Amino acid sequence: MSEPILSRNFGVPGSHRLATSIERGGWRTFRKALAMPPEQVVDEVKKSGLRGRGGAGFPTGMKWGFLPKTDKLIYLCVNADESEPGTFKDRYILDLDPHLLIEGIVITCWAIKSSDCFVYIRGEYEASRRILQAAIDEAYAAGCLGPNVDGKGWRLDVTVHKGAGAYICGEETGLLESLEGKRGYPRIKPPFPAVVGLFGCPTIVNNVETIASVPWILEHGGEAYAAIGVGKSTGTKLWCASGHVAKPGLHELPLGAPFSELLQRCGGMRDAARPLKAVIPGGSSVPVLTAAEAMAVNLDYESLAAAGTMLGSAGLIVIEAGTDMVRVLAVLTRFYADESCGQCTPCREGTSWVNDILWRLVEGTASPRDLDLVQGLCDNMLGKTICVLADAMVLPVRSFLKKFQPEFEAAMARSRANVAAATHA
Amino acid sequence: MTSQTPESGTVAHGTAADGAAHRLSPAAIATLERLAPRYANREALLLPALWLVQDAYGWISEAAMQHVAEVVGVSPVRVLSVVTFYHMYHEHPPGRYNVQVCHNLSCSLLGAEDLLERLQARFGVGVNTPTPDGRFMIQRVECLGACEHAPVCQVNEDFVFDLTPAKLEAHLDQLP
Repeated sequence: MSEPILSRNFGVPGSHRLATSIERGGWRTFRKALAMPPEQVVDEVKKSGLRGRGGAGFPTGMKWGFLPKTDKLIYLCVNADESEPGTFKDRYILDLDPHLLIEGIVITCWAIKSSDCFVYIRGEYEASRRILQAAIDEAYAAGCLGPNVDGKGWRLDVTVHKGAGAYICGEETGLLESLEGKRGYPRIKPPFPAVVGLFGCPTIVNNVETIASVPWILEHGGEAYAAIGVGKSTGTKLWCASGHVAKPGLHELPLGAPFSELLQRCGGMRDAARPLKAVIPGGSSVPVLTAAEAMAVNLDYESLAAAGTMLGSAGLIVIEAGTDMVRVLAVLTRFYADESCGQCTPCREGTSWVNDILWRLVEGTASPRDLDLVQGLCDNMLGKTICVLADAMVLPVRSFLKKFQPEFEAAMARSRANVAAATHA
Repeated sequence: MTSQTPESGTVAHGTAADGAAHRLSPAAIATLERLAPRYANREALLLPALWLVQDAYGWISEAAMQHVAEVVGVSPVRVLSVVTFYHMYHEHPPGRYNVQVCHNLSCSLLGAEDLLERLQARFGVGVNTPTPDGRFMIQRVECLGACEHAPVCQVNEDFVFDLTPAKLEAHLDQLP
């Protein structure tokens, strides 16, 4: 592969320290960026084709371009609320190369003309928060942050804001509400945060990995970044592999690499007697792939979409033969039932109903019409809520029911048999 | 703006009755006031203020919520609505060691349910209930973002990776 962009310092001792970062070529590019007009920095990122790494895959430069001309404050909010099941990539950046993120923040704030950045970090990442805060303190002491960044007469403050356990705060408007001291209820859009965001001001919300990609783009140029990857899926990506692989872990690959290559890097399946059965490729919120589909797919936005799923947060959950997919789906949907914020009725009720029915199937106590009821509930959730949490449960549910239909029918048959046995007892 | 969080395991949790006296300390108030200029209004100090309370006492009593409401200038019911929304804020005294076992997909595929059953058998309590000596509480939690080390748990703020029943038991046995 091409040189690693995000993980190049991960194995280096003391990689979280400023001195190590500088020794390894960090904190060099921000001076180049600060010597450029902000618009030109935005242009480089547009040219790079960088897309948001939090899950939506929206072009980053275009997002920045939506900021209106304004006299108001502009905020950058870095989304470090990594909570999508199967995803752990941002934790590596926060723990092992926080200065890459902070340098990306400096360049991004310069580009979008912001002097106020918040990093919203999930409460469970307390160890990572301490590492990040120590790195920010170092950057302040070195004059890379503060009232006069690098003597340029430009102020930049970075504040770490700690969440308190709520998946929904990773949704960008839920994040803004939480930062404002409220329940993390997502907002109706439009207006989008770029126009009305934090404290009513224009706000850019970007994922940790997105911002950490920015220094390389400015150092080497947008075109060099766009030359990596395939088509509209440019650059490299951190892939999180977990589940039944021999060596679960994090791998940086250029977008477009085959899934089979990633599986090989993970040492293949953990048990040779249990071949691959299924892969959830983008965190639990995306449709599942069968083994055959996964082994044929390349890991980029377009190829995964063509295969009927999504790249999402690149959290690949690998499932071996012999796994009960009814139970897998029950566990998967429990998360959405737990994490629905409760604001929209279809989601608040639907996630719990679907989850309850799936556990009834697991336990053999389902009613004959329960599978139809799941389909009906899904129809009443998809696209009918303020944010996409409901959709994020519906899409995997439908894909499981379709691709592993015989297992769900067998579970239903067990329930019927139990009812019959109880009736005739 | 350095961390005000004490090292885990050092917090004296006390009992529900102690909660009536819970207040932000002068040092905690000073920390909040240092943060205040970063935010456009005081309401936004609510989550940081609640963390300062929980870091000091291990949980957030009703009296502490009323105190926080005064400090950040919102109604007590607003504070309550926020405390009850976020999973990590405790409205009741938890165990001295909060054993938070992830039960999400990657951990579940590799044995999380077995761990949870064994923990409940060991302590003789269900989830979210402190042991009678107040030492442990078991919680089921959602994805902790460490799936490459599944199954995982956090004991207070510290991850314990690549769990087996024996490894978890040994970890709990050596806690001070």
